[in-house]
Amino acid sequence: MEQGTLRLKTGLAEMLKGGVIMDVTTPEQAKIAEEAGACAVMALERVPADIRAAGGVARMADPTIVKKIMEVVSIPVMAKARIGHFVEARILEALGVDYIDESEVLTPADDRYHIDKRDFTVPFVCGCRNLGEALRRIAEGAAMIRTKGEPGTGNVVEAVRHCRQVMDEIRFLCALPEAEVANYAKEIGAPLEICLMVRKEGRLPVVNFAAGGIATPADAALMMHLGCDGVFVGSGIFKSGDPAKRAKSIVQAVTNYKDFALLAEISRDLGEPMVGIEISSIPEAQRMQERGW
Amino acid sequence: MPGCVGVLALQGAFREHIASLERLRVPTREVRGLKDMDGVDALVIPGGESTTMGKLLTDWEMLGPVRARIEAGMPVYGSCAGLILLCREIENSSQPRLGVLDAVVRRNAFGRQVDSFETMLDLPVLARPGEDNPPFPAVFIRAPVIVGVGPQVEVLAEVDGQAVAVRQGHVLATSFHPELTADSRLHRYFLEMCA
Repeated sequence: MEQGTLRLKTGLAEMLKGGVIMDVTTPEQAKIAEEAGACAVMALERVPADIRAAGGVARMADPTIVKKIMEVVSIPVMAKARIGHFVEARILEALGVDYIDESEVLTPADDRYHIDKRDFTVPFVCGCRNLGEALRRIAEGAAMIRTKGEPGTGNVVEAVRHCRQVMDEIRFLCALPEAEVANYAKEIGAPLEICLMVRKEGRLPVVNFAAGGIATPADAALMMHLGCDGVFVGSGIFKSGDPAKRAKSIVQAVTNYKDFALLAEISRDLGEPMVGIEISSIPEAQRMQERGW
Repeated sequence: MPGCVGVLALQGAFREHIASLERLRVPTREVRGLKDMDGVDALVIPGGESTTMGKLLTDWEMLGPVRARIEAGMPVYGSCAGLILLCREIENSSQPRLGVLDAVVRRNAFGRQVDSFETMLDLPVLARPGEDNPPFPAVFIRAPVIVGVGPQVEVLAEVDGQAVAVRQGHVLATSFHPELTADSRLHRYFLEMCA
């Protein structure tokens, strides 16, 4: 019997595909998410919009919050550790969370290195803005990738940009003559062996979700059309007027993203969406997507 | 061999099941709504989240019609979440289900993701004359087990004395994920069941 293998880690991500992972801060919210059809929840102390508003240093959630959420739902529970903070990650693993997000939403704990995720039993998901970043994270042991987007803004533009960037670079890599691949790997700062894997399969070797600014069923469906395997919704649900209804609609939109008549139906009467933020109004130093190396 | 195998594509590892079936050169179709069931001769329900899939089957009013098709004899195979959806009883849960398999299932029976495991499993039913039948690479991810079965249900494999692969006539179910491996023997077995 073997545990903590790459197949088990990437396999759980495969099971989440076509689904919606929702940020929750209380057991009550976790129940609402599960009842709406979330395929997993992310247990947090504060959603990204509130982290952004509060400022200061954002850290791993209190284990009590994570434990309480694990107790009330039967779906997988994820939790966030700071970039590079392998002790927070070990604590979350000891708590028994099902996936760890080494996340730029929290304040980085290491300004050079991400967590070496390979010798953990628990799988990790990491954010990226481009192919090089995605492949560096995979080399470190990430079993799932997501776009970074710009968390807590309710503005999908950055998630779209990051998703298109990754897809463009995959297409470019696949079209390169073989003799130029090693140099391209050097240019984007990615290991050659993983570049060769991507070239062979024509896609990332792990599941790729959208995250960072998704607020409506249409946003979620847009990300699916761009080639994502599923979506994370952070502040978009519980910062909106009718979280239960919006959560359910986003779940339906991800499964039926090609059915525009249905999307029209499920986008109706969802109440107030979260208030959005224009990206250019956020000073570069405060953009969460700039965190990570 | 069936004319066309539908793979329920509401959520989860449907792509992997389709790839496994295509390796056996059988036509497949993604089933996202009732209209996709026309012309489908057999159905595979993939791994994923059983609560999510159950919810969506209910939302799209598919639960009753799909159940009726199975009760009328359409072969069906469920892996992991698919197994849960097929069972008559789900311990401590009232979540939506097809309920065509006379069995009681316990979700997340081995624990959480850190307890997920791979093992080699003896599956005597996969034996073919003139072929070796080595153990099957079984991938258990937050997997369920069957804790009780009715008289019509045949247990095909066990882990620690608990049923992890069962068959009841034209209904096949496994706790593990053959679609995550390159081993096609379980899918071949299902296609033979459809004949």
